[in-house]
Amino acid sequence: MDALYSLLQGLAVAIQPMNLMFALIGVLLGTAVGVLPGIGPALTVALLLPVTYKLDPGGSLIMFAGIYYGGMYGGSTTAILINTPGESASMATALEGNKMAKAGRGGPALATAAIGSFVAGTIATAGIVFLAPWLVEVAVQFGPEDYFALMCVAFITVSATFGDSPIRGLTSLFIGLTLGLIGIDKLTGQPRLAFGVPELLDGIEITTLAVGLFAVGEALYVASRRHIVQETLEPVRGSLWMTKEDWKRSWKPWLRGTLFGFPIGALPAGGAEIPTFLSYSTEKRLTKYPEEFGKGAIEGVAGPEAANNASAAGTLVPLLTLGLPTSATAAMMLAGFQQYGLNPGPLLFAERPDLVWGLIASLFIANIMLLVLNLPLVGLWVRLLAIPQPWLYAGILVFATVGTVAAKPSLIELTMLGVFGVMGFLMRRFDFPIAPVVVGLILGPVAESQLRRAMQISLGDPLVLVQSPISATLLAIAAVALIAPFVLRGLGRFKAAED
Amino acid sequence: MSNVEVRKADAAGIAIAALLFVLAGVIAFDSSQLQISSTYGLGPKAMPFVIAGCLVLLSIGNLIMALRGELPERESSDPKAILLILGGLAVLIAFIGLGVGFIPATAVLFAATSTAFGRRAILTDLAIGVGLGLVIFLLFDKLLTLSLPAGPIERLL
Repeated sequence: MDALYSLLQGLAVAIQPMNLMFALIGVLLGTAVGVLPGIGPALTVALLLPVTYKLDPGGSLIMFAGIYYGGMYGGSTTAILINTPGESASMATALEGNKMAKAGRGGPALATAAIGSFVAGTIATAGIVFLAPWLVEVAVQFGPEDYFALMCVAFITVSATFGDSPIRGLTSLFIGLTLGLIGIDKLTGQPRLAFGVPELLDGIEITTLAVGLFAVGEALYVASRRHIVQETLEPVRGSLWMTKEDWKRSWKPWLRGTLFGFPIGALPAGGAEIPTFLSYSTEKRLTKYPEEFGKGAIEGVAGPEAANNASAAGTLVPLLTLGLPTSATAAMMLAGFQQYGLNPGPLLFAERPDLVWGLIASLFIANIMLLVLNLPLVGLWVRLLAIPQPWLYAGILVFATVGTVAAKPSLIELTMLGVFGVMGFLMRRFDFPIAPVVVGLILGPVAESQLRRAMQISLGDPLVLVQSPISATLLAIAAVALIAPFVLRGLGRFKAAED
Repeated sequence: MSNVEVRKADAAGIAIAALLFVLAGVIAFDSSQLQISSTYGLGPKAMPFVIAGCLVLLSIGNLIMALRGELPERESSDPKAILLILGGLAVLIAFIGLGVGFIPATAVLFAATSTAFGRRAILTDLAIGVGLGLVIFLLFDKLLTLSLPAGPIERLL
């Protein structure tokens, strides 16, 4: 059991006092931003990147992972108590959870979400322990053409396959890829799309893009429609604890949710929305109390919440073993690795096992911390929701500009922050997804350099892309993933016409 | 498709399609200016041209969606709030550029955003902004040793 041995060594790293402290800061921050509307884990990691530049890489990455997990826990609190899910992955939770809170059963709803998240997070992290070494073995055999093909799969699935509209998703992706072109071409040293602006020669700073899209864009969007949306906070009434009946109705949904969440998260498919909704519809079908669904059924909170957390853990598998981010937060974590000159992948497992396994082991610790923080202390987190909205967003914007100025102190950078903010606002207004832009910017240059490396090795023969069986298979998958939504939508239309 | 009601073409959607088309043109023009190419394999022009080509296709796709009126419906939006926030950001950039300093710049952005979200207490909010800016500046400057743009006030600290 090599994996268990590595994990034990990782545990030795993770329980060092400094690393425990970083994990604690991470889960505290993560829960706070998960609870607060308007900030998510991706934005938080983006804001912290420049601040952690001088810190120890191991500790900062443990903190980022804590933020990721904590954000998933905290998001459910907001979804249950104010029915405005912070991220789309909490939408299924809000359906039943908010109804439970309105019926005075907010306590058990929060409890089943927290315990379900713990169960799912722990099982899924164990999944990482066993899946990651195996995937690393596979990834060692990957040539540059295979990596390029794999990134094509990620590009397509993140943008086109699972969104509302493949055209809008792909548009977002290609805007991100375009931004990735900006800067000096690494192979020939020529500037592309820099228009003589020296600040652009280094390329677009990922922090600036993410903060602009997420923080400024979100603030503009929420402010512009403040007059439409009214939020009401449901107070937590009654007991926080789950009854025996609640436990009986929760444990199977937790396990089923985990089974949906982890594999879908671990596939380079991206998004926690699919597993949460799959889990929701499954629980609705299997429940003994179908009449409660839509009025506050506990299964409808337990299942999706577990699926949500399991898929968050799942996305760490392609991130750590292949360097492939499939969610906005994973993309920001990849940027975190890159700022220390670390490239996740098979090589990192060989060169820095202490760092990788320390990170994985600390996920178990973060999960336990989160359970403790969320169950008894949920009342404290709810207080955060009492911060007046104007101050909350004003504070977010101030931190957004600080993060940008600290990363690169220049007026051009701040102007770009504003431009990306307007872009983020327009994308929200016209319903273009945001995550593909971030993934495109961070993964586009990597994909290009892998492709060019492959072509150099083959002396310019493009057939190299289909001669490797791995690459050919992956490209076929990408093609299917691209065409499927168009065809399926056609089928849907056909059915609708028949009705 | 007779049972689908005919919706009006969407002007904003057409503008998005046009923007994507212009973007593709800019990329294609910019990469055509590149002089050096690689000896083997793909040069620096290949990827930009592929991306520009795909953007043209997406521009057509967006145009079709706009003409069919397939864009999501949009709720009314408050332009005053947007202008206030962007104005606050512009003042912040100007203050930092002119060397007025980080703390006053932060205070203006804080008060502008807070007003955009419906508060009517500019003086209080300016004061809170100054306080927040002060705390952040001390935290970054003293604790994290990251320098933030300084003006007359910051130099006194």
